[in-house]
Amino acid sequence: MSKIYVSTTVNGRPEDVLCEAHQTLLDLLRDEIGLTGTKEGCGTGDCGACTVLLDDRLVCSCLVLAPEAHGKEITTVEGIADSQDGLHVVQQKLLEHAALQCGVCTPGFVVAAKALLDKDPNPNEETIRYWLAGNLCRCTGYDKIIRAVQDAAQELTPTK
Amino acid sequence: MSNFGYVAPTTVEETLAVLQRATDQGQRTQILAGGTDVIVQFRSFDNSHRLFVDIKALKETNDIRIENELVFIGAAIPSGVLNENAELKALFPGLLEAADLIGSTQIQGRASIGGNLCNSSPAGDTIPALIVNSALCVIATNEGTRTVPAENFVTGVGRNCLEAYEFLLGFQIPRPSTDTGDAYLRFIPRTEMDIAVAGAAASLTLNHDGICERARVSIGAVAPTPLLVSSAAEALIGTTADENALQQAAQACSDAAQPITDKRGTVEYRRKVVGVLCRRAGAIARDRALSNRN
Repeated sequence: MSKIYVSTTVNGRPEDVLCEAHQTLLDLLRDEIGLTGTKEGCGTGDCGACTVLLDDRLVCSCLVLAPEAHGKEITTVEGIADSQDGLHVVQQKLLEHAALQCGVCTPGFVVAAKALLDKDPNPNEETIRYWLAGNLCRCTGYDKIIRAVQDAAQELTPTK
Repeated sequence: MSNFGYVAPTTVEETLAVLQRATDQGQRTQILAGGTDVIVQFRSFDNSHRLFVDIKALKETNDIRIENELVFIGAAIPSGVLNENAELKALFPGLLEAADLIGSTQIQGRASIGGNLCNSSPAGDTIPALIVNSALCVIATNEGTRTVPAENFVTGVGRNCLEAYEFLLGFQIPRPSTDTGDAYLRFIPRTEMDIAVAGAAASLTLNHDGICERARVSIGAVAPTPLLVSSAAEALIGTTADENALQQAAQACSDAAQPITDKRGTVEYRRKVVGVLCRRAGAIARDRALSNRN
């Protein structure tokens, strides 16, 4: 079968690519568009390393078929930092709290944590832990990540 | 040469035509909604060639209609979207909680109740909750739509009543009266994101004296398919769904269960736990019915 034409928007930039029906959105981002910030961990939706926003909803890009991206807006970790302001506060706080070691899970945590703070700027610890329960990390033991997100929330809404 | 295909039809007629054509040509089709089971199975166990038929571009599979008598919930709506609908949550707290038990935030951005049913796992969490709410599965066919009660949809482990040229449009559910409450509980060894060892759902309607006039009880993960347990409902009807009646319903569920022993639990354990879950879910459904009425 011939390749499928996909016209999509990634981090605000239009992308026109050809893909196979059985490729995933993760394959499309990494192999066709060249955005390798999004990582493959398990490939079965368990670990969250490949987390992206698909039309403003958090998904595992390994569980989206590439042709499904047609006409959609996708945000990856490359779209989180601002070209003028630099790192997003979530990224800055992850750095400050040393909330990563190997870093494979970090792009997924960044996208998921930012999505949480966009939806709920003042989440409690339980909310953060449940929201990020689909993101696995084998290095940090999670506490540093949770503290970093709490700190980021504090900075975004200092009146807390 | 790759023999995979992907289509995303925009009308029911077009979808049925695609399915019919592929079936006639001997091509395997795979209906795709949220894909959280389909893509995992495709990548992990069975990567044979097929035509993916994405049903998310259809109006019908994304529709939520809340009317005086009936509620329609489209087959492909992600559970995360359903749980943002306050009106649905108020009408079917048990069903929406069952959907909310499945998967992480990321999974809930894609996974649908329709997909949970069509995956037809014995442990599908939303299936007992659909059954107790008397959901009718609305199936698109070449002759129009046909409906199948949720308790008759799943026919075996991973098998259901859909033909290759049919697909699920959504669920037609009687709008619960204000004196009705539903609940679903499952047991898993951790706090979240696991597959049920056993599950139980209940929906009860109490009259103004607090007497149970209508009851439906369903159990999951304890038989090849989720089961409607009429004997458990009969133990509740005509009572105030007090501890004694709930205990009898629990025993009926334990008796109806036909569990297996696997890594998640033994036959004996599942039989006992499903009764406990029935008792607790029944009490929650009763209390919801009472508080809805007030």
